[in-house]
Amino acid sequence: MTRVVLPYHLRNLAKVDGEVHVEASTTREVLDALEAAHPALRGTLRDISTGKRRPFVRFYACEEDLSHEDVDASLPDAVLQGREPFLVIGAMAGG
Amino acid sequence: MGTRKGAFILTSDEGRRDWKVEGPHFAGWEVYHLKGSPLDPDRIWASQSGGWLGQVIQSSKDGGRSWDPVGNDFSYVGDAGTHQDFDGTPKPWKFTRVWHLEPSLSDVETVYAGVEDAALFKTTDGGATWTELSGLRGHGSGPEWQPGAGGLCLHTILLDPTDEQRIFTAISAAGAFRTDDGGDSWLPINKGLLSGEIPQQEAEIGHCVHKLAMHPSRPDTLFMQKHWDVMRSDDAGGQWTEVSGDLPTDFGFVIDVHAHEPETVFVLPITSDYLHVVPDGKLRVFRSRTGGGEWEPLSKGLPQENCYVNVLRDAMAVDRLDECGVYFGTTGGQVYCSPDGGDTWDAIVRDLPAVLSVEVQTLA
Repeated sequence: MTRVVLPYHLRNLAKVDGEVHVEASTTREVLDALEAAHPALRGTLRDISTGKRRPFVRFYACEEDLSHEDVDASLPDAVLQGREPFLVIGAMAGG
Repeated sequence: MGTRKGAFILTSDEGRRDWKVEGPHFAGWEVYHLKGSPLDPDRIWASQSGGWLGQVIQSSKDGGRSWDPVGNDFSYVGDAGTHQDFDGTPKPWKFTRVWHLEPSLSDVETVYAGVEDAALFKTTDGGATWTELSGLRGHGSGPEWQPGAGGLCLHTILLDPTDEQRIFTAISAAGAFRTDDGGDSWLPINKGLLSGEIPQQEAEIGHCVHKLAMHPSRPDTLFMQKHWDVMRSDDAGGQWTEVSGDLPTDFGFVIDVHAHEPETVFVLPITSDYLHVVPDGKLRVFRSRTGGGEWEPLSKGLPQENCYVNVLRDAMAVDRLDECGVYFGTTGGQVYCSPDGGDTWDAIVRDLPAVLSVEVQTLA
């Protein structure tokens, strides 16, 4: 079971509190599972037409930025074992 | 009301002096527009968007007390092709956001959506799925459309109450368009606009139309606030005539028509295209009772010094009570109401986020 932490706006949109748990071992599987369980998230994490991660959405885990990693690469063991969460982050932008 | 940081619902009895302000809904998101069905005022749709997380459409079935996200797939039909960028180079069509939602006059599950990059979409299942009416983008001039400063946006949708097949739209900065067959085919309706800002003043497209308005009893008469000029057409857009008359400036964004007087029109002049604030620090609505040409300033109750706000294109509306109420919201977060057709004004609320849109429901 992979633990996913969503940012404030997406927790509101999905109407969830706290962590979301999904069966997933890659970033793509996390996103697919999130969208399947919470259709309201479709289009917010990745562009509907291109399937690409939205530019200001980032994925962190185990103090690493996974945003530019292969979406089909296996997630870190600590995430797969549920010791660390998969973090969806709204990137800082502005000034 | 839609604002830069969420939606608010303002309610009052028919006196329109005491108001309850409720919100924000979707706090932190831009809400470009929300509008209720004319057939069932409990059915409301809202366009919620942001640079981080994209486009969400929310639907309420209880007058805005609760909301549920519905479909947000606004995929263009087929190969989207290109329009022109600001510099004239081809740019692929790319969906950014929904600017305007227009519920159908005849079917409560049908809603039209005007989007950026400019296109018209339609749902017939309450928002679950959206289909592009691609005849608009594909009617021929689409590859020549260029964005206005706010983007290449379809911001106005007017439905003819006497003819379900007739729809008017306006796009910045392509112009106005009309369909007479429910959206299959479209006609540019820009004759007479004479935009001096473009190389060919009389070009078929390329006009920066800011807003259209229509009185439901006279669907062939349209009023337009253009980038510059207030215009009027009496043949469903076949020909336009300037009716700016004695306005202090004919630049502006909003335009609306009195609920019971089809020749009474409201505009709110803005200084110029390089200074998007009201002229001389004075917030004034101008009213014409002659369908344009002759305008009177309406300022009683509005700030007449040190006011430097803008009023955006979807941020004026009228109610349908016996004495027509007029409403507008500013980029400074003030919302003003006139319960007497513009004669006197009062602020409903003063410190909201910048107002993007105002719509009114007159409940029995």
